[in-house]
Amino acid sequence: MSKRIIIDPVTRIEGHAKISVYLDDAGNVTDAEFHVVEFRGFEKFCEGRSYSEMPGITPRICGICPVSHLLASAKAGDAIMAVKIPPAADKLRRLMNLGQIVQSHALSFFHLSAPDFLLGWDSPAEKRNVFGLIASNTDLARAGIRLRQFGQEVIEVLGGKKIHPAWAVPGGVRSALSQEGAARIRAWLPEAHATTRVALDLFKGVLSTHEREAQLYGNFPSLYMGLVAPDGTWEHHGGKLRFTDSSGSIIADQIDPADYRTVIGECVQESSYLKSPYYLPLGKDDGVYRVGPLARLNLCARMGVPLADEELKVFRTHGHGSVTSSFLYHYARLVEILASLEYIERALDDPDLFSTDLRADAGINSLRGVGASEAPRGTLFHDYTVDRDGKLQKVNLIVATGQNNLAMNRTVAQIARHFLKGTEITEPMLNRIEHGIRCYDPCLSCSTHAAGRMALHLRLVAPGGDVVGEAVRD
Amino acid sequence: MSTAVDVKTLIIDGMDVSARQDQTVLDVARENNIFIPTLCHLEGVADIGACRLCLVEVKGTPKLLSACTTKVYEGMEVTTDSERLRKYRRMTLELLFAERNHVCAVCVANGHCELQTLAYGQGMDHVRYDYCFPKWGMDLTHPFMGMDHNRCILCTRCVRVCWYIEGAGTKNTSGRGGGSMIITDLNQPWGDSETCTSCGKCLMSCPTGALFKKGSTAGESDRDRSMLEFIVNAREKKQWTV
Repeated sequence: MSKRIIIDPVTRIEGHAKISVYLDDAGNVTDAEFHVVEFRGFEKFCEGRSYSEMPGITPRICGICPVSHLLASAKAGDAIMAVKIPPAADKLRRLMNLGQIVQSHALSFFHLSAPDFLLGWDSPAEKRNVFGLIASNTDLARAGIRLRQFGQEVIEVLGGKKIHPAWAVPGGVRSALSQEGAARIRAWLPEAHATTRVALDLFKGVLSTHEREAQLYGNFPSLYMGLVAPDGTWEHHGGKLRFTDSSGSIIADQIDPADYRTVIGECVQESSYLKSPYYLPLGKDDGVYRVGPLARLNLCARMGVPLADEELKVFRTHGHGSVTSSFLYHYARLVEILASLEYIERALDDPDLFSTDLRADAGINSLRGVGASEAPRGTLFHDYTVDRDGKLQKVNLIVATGQNNLAMNRTVAQIARHFLKGTEITEPMLNRIEHGIRCYDPCLSCSTHAAGRMALHLRLVAPGGDVVGEAVRD
Repeated sequence: MSTAVDVKTLIIDGMDVSARQDQTVLDVARENNIFIPTLCHLEGVADIGACRLCLVEVKGTPKLLSACTTKVYEGMEVTTDSERLRKYRRMTLELLFAERNHVCAVCVANGHCELQTLAYGQGMDHVRYDYCFPKWGMDLTHPFMGMDHNRCILCTRCVRVCWYIEGAGTKNTSGRGGGSMIITDLNQPWGDSETCTSCGKCLMSCPTGALFKKGSTAGESDRDRSMLEFIVNAREKKQWTV
């Protein structure tokens, strides 16, 4: 009789979710599903609103990466107005996105994931969190928190506040960088660099002692998607789409994000509110692709800044063609933090950032606009259709976590296959499955963040719906 | 024969004050730096006593009276702040919030909204009534101004500035009770109006984010209402006559 194991809730991710592991009659794992059980409804309730309001509304999807939605939304607005925004506005938006990448990646690495691999997968759940890290490794935890604060500082210096700044608008941005703000960022950079270097060395040590995890945590061939510059350099806000496969070959390149529908299909799972995009030419089963730091580092020809380029070379020694283990997402995040710091440093020397020419003005010149930007977790698309008055008729948001959905399912199945013996539900197995999900740093857009003891509810459900086994941890 | 100004003396919150007989309690209170909350009152246009936030207690009268429409009289004793008044004002504010869809965080008027400011000021930290969540839409047909009925509190300031200052008579009201709404001409899309002069006075008068400049995003709608007062003063005092 086939059975299903449910892990509910999954914690230390941005939001709430549950996992089902499906077993066959012999107790072998056949499949796994990562369910998102919250419904947000932004695509629907934004219909009828003005497109110009969207940079104010859509960042409310999330408190961790509001800047990503802010920027993608403003870009979609630019496309509806059919304007070329002032160069200063583009540079300022890019600067804020770099701050966002630093703060979000630092949060993922230090606050959410490091407790697992630094304190030990099987250390007590009530201590395996950021507070446990503070107790056991105070200096590292403090430095990690400060690194996130640096990223938040960049956002605040530009947008006036750390979370939900309504700063980017269709046509540009509302304010420039101040000299005082630039000085604050510049003064903090050496410390941010030092923390990133410590984290990189630390994670390389983790890799040498966690070879099994690197082999098992989502290590499978898949496609990768992200934005790249015209010459293939790492991109985070402009550029065009590129797809590569696990051998590192480019299978599609320089696709205008506005034409994403030609390469991305979307399917829905009955048991989840999260959509599952896939590479359209290969179909749902073969078109699984990953986005985010791992994908971006696999895709790009170079990072475009010296220190990160050196680190990229080391990163790539962990794969053949592409780095295929999702455990390496953590490493990729650190390389991206390093690149972001270098790009921030470079940007601060640009006099354009202090310009007063910040906003283009126009009416409705296109009835559809697509904005794409690299959110910390992967490529984000905002696709708006408006009427002649700018009233939204249709909203389609393709978020990073959705694009990793199919890959997360495979990751969970892979880990479960190795750690699940029979139908016995063990703590080590649960901890590893949860970390497999955490590698992707999924953002389920919920305001609740678990801290402290991990709540877990497992059920074995027979095909008829009978609960044949249950484990509760609270 | 000259007519002497008829002066009345009254007491507001225990303070002896004097006023002209044509003045309202609100006028006199403001002259004497006594705060009375208002929403539908706007300097330069006639008061209608619609929002009920300026209710005051007048000795000898069991009813609460709106300060903006109550004329002073000799020996009047007015109380502008009491437990009873605070209770009613807060209730009125909560009902205004519950009646339509006020989402401050994403509103164009966030940080510059009179409704929001009053709610903070009156200590409204939650709404005790069920929200109605009505399905009001937006009118974005005008080339550069928009109206979001979700944020309208029906103060009719826009109607009054349109009629009494601009003289266009474009903005009007229709319907009854909670179903009332601000309309343009005979309930046509704003962009189709033949009477609207696109002067923008309605935008300047709006206490919330219901009327806004198109393209505005959250917190961007900061209005200069003193311009309306300036226009009225200039007209009434013949400052523009050469």
